[in-house]
Amino acid sequence: MKYDTIIIGAGMSGLAAGIRLAYYDQKVALLERHTTIGGLNSLYRLRGRNYDVGLHAVTNYAPPGSKSGPMSKLLKQLRLRWDDFDLSPQDSSRISFPGHDLDFSNDFSHLQSQIDLEFPTQSDGFQRLVNYITEFDELNLDQQPVSARQIVSTFLSEPVLVDMLFCPLMFYGSPTSHDMDFSQFVVMFKSIFQQGFARPFKGVRQILKTLTRQLKSLGGELKLRHGVKRILTHHGKAIGVELEDGRQLEADTILSSIGVAETMALCPGFESLSQQQPQYRPGEISFCEIIYVLKSLPQTLGHKQTIVFYNSLPDFHYEPPTEPCDLRSGIICSPNNFLYNADANGLIPSLEDGIMRVTALANPDYWLNLSPEEYASEKLIWERRIYESARAHMPEFRDQILDIDMFTPKTIKRFTGHFHGCVYGSPVKHLQGKTPLDHLYLIGTDQGFLGIVGSMLSGITMANNHVLNAR
Amino acid sequence: MAPSEIRQVILDILTRIAPDEDLSNLDDSKAFREQMELDSMDFLDIVMELRKQYRVQIPEEDYHHLVTMDSTVTYLTPILKDTPKTASAR
Repeated sequence: MKYDTIIIGAGMSGLAAGIRLAYYDQKVALLERHTTIGGLNSLYRLRGRNYDVGLHAVTNYAPPGSKSGPMSKLLKQLRLRWDDFDLSPQDSSRISFPGHDLDFSNDFSHLQSQIDLEFPTQSDGFQRLVNYITEFDELNLDQQPVSARQIVSTFLSEPVLVDMLFCPLMFYGSPTSHDMDFSQFVVMFKSIFQQGFARPFKGVRQILKTLTRQLKSLGGELKLRHGVKRILTHHGKAIGVELEDGRQLEADTILSSIGVAETMALCPGFESLSQQQPQYRPGEISFCEIIYVLKSLPQTLGHKQTIVFYNSLPDFHYEPPTEPCDLRSGIICSPNNFLYNADANGLIPSLEDGIMRVTALANPDYWLNLSPEEYASEKLIWERRIYESARAHMPEFRDQILDIDMFTPKTIKRFTGHFHGCVYGSPVKHLQGKTPLDHLYLIGTDQGFLGIVGSMLSGITMANNHVLNAR
Repeated sequence: MAPSEIRQVILDILTRIAPDEDLSNLDDSKAFREQMELDSMDFLDIVMELRKQYRVQIPEEDYHHLVTMDSTVTYLTPILKDTPKTASAR
């Protein structure tokens, strides 16, 4: 079987790339190892309930009909309509540090006025930083990495404010500890603070369903349970894949969304590249998350924020923790607390259950190396500890719990294949998408556009640059 | 196709790429980019749609002809003069 393009992985970036190529009449196949699509942003059913994993919120929100910005670009490129994603904006979110809270919403002036109030000496510097960010072209693929902390601290002299701004941006996208590349910082700053959060009422399934429908209507093939055992090469060129079951599929081009280290490990002669060369090193940032299903809505318990980014120390530590989970900081997300669009009858829909998701940095090696018995008991212990550490930022709700599920780096590794169960990919991004092999390109997190919208734009951009524009 | 038909083809493509733009007041002598939100990705789409619908290969060195409606139609007229307008384009 010969394809124009084979895409490895049916997550956001793979689906978006597949739609682009199928739209322009390519014979394209998406190969997904798992029984379900989505990769890092997926869904499952457990004890009679639907769960989302990954997506807390879609970033890069823009009001329907906006003509510019990443969301509009994405919809145009995929030939989708605004209501296909059914996005409803957040209410308001909070960054909470000892002695300081900063609230923000999808109206950027909200954050600006909060900073004027909490950090009056930093107002001017913040404004100059915002101007600098506005002028910065984060989509230039020829960019060299520079330290975001270094640049930001030339504008802001208050270390707590710097940490508070980095906190949500790192939690929602940084593959590197402590610091970020400035262009990634700009991508995240614009997508979270200036554009903002949104969520489809039906969660990630709304987006995945839309993408799958579009892909299939254009003739793209989606093949589940099709794990790739190795990438076939000939004279430095990728020419196809061998599947787990031994079948071989040929293709002119291969786009891989599974991560740079994970991709190269499938290429004969390059298996140990990620141990030899630092730019192919896999990421190590991973998380544990607990999803609480509650009898009552968070609002009625007094929790109104959409997302709370909390940190209990004066400074913020973003790194793989030495402990199994980092209890110093975390994220609390309530999918109930979005401003859902009214339905055709003018009624505002409400999610069936109250949901609180609490997320904390986790140590991948610890979780990956536990025996099954230890794993089960450690989950119980750390669920309780994370709950207690988040308690200062949310109401007591233990007596309201209907069900609990928890994922760890082990779960993430199982469903994404990422070494270490990393969430934001490799520390070094490959903006051009190139690999040591011709006709093999990276899409998704390791190419370097972040977030759900970013990952879809990554698939689109690489499909445009390396396949459509190259023919 | 006659120049007027080619103009309609380009309008249809623009509508597909940017469904929220109002193209009724498009000035044919002014650059597309001055009148609507078109970035390099959209621009690639104009070229790709022409390739998809009419099998026209536009080499990269000719992209500068596609700046205004007038220059685009002038450029495409000899190329598409024997090509019938299709209704099959999606």
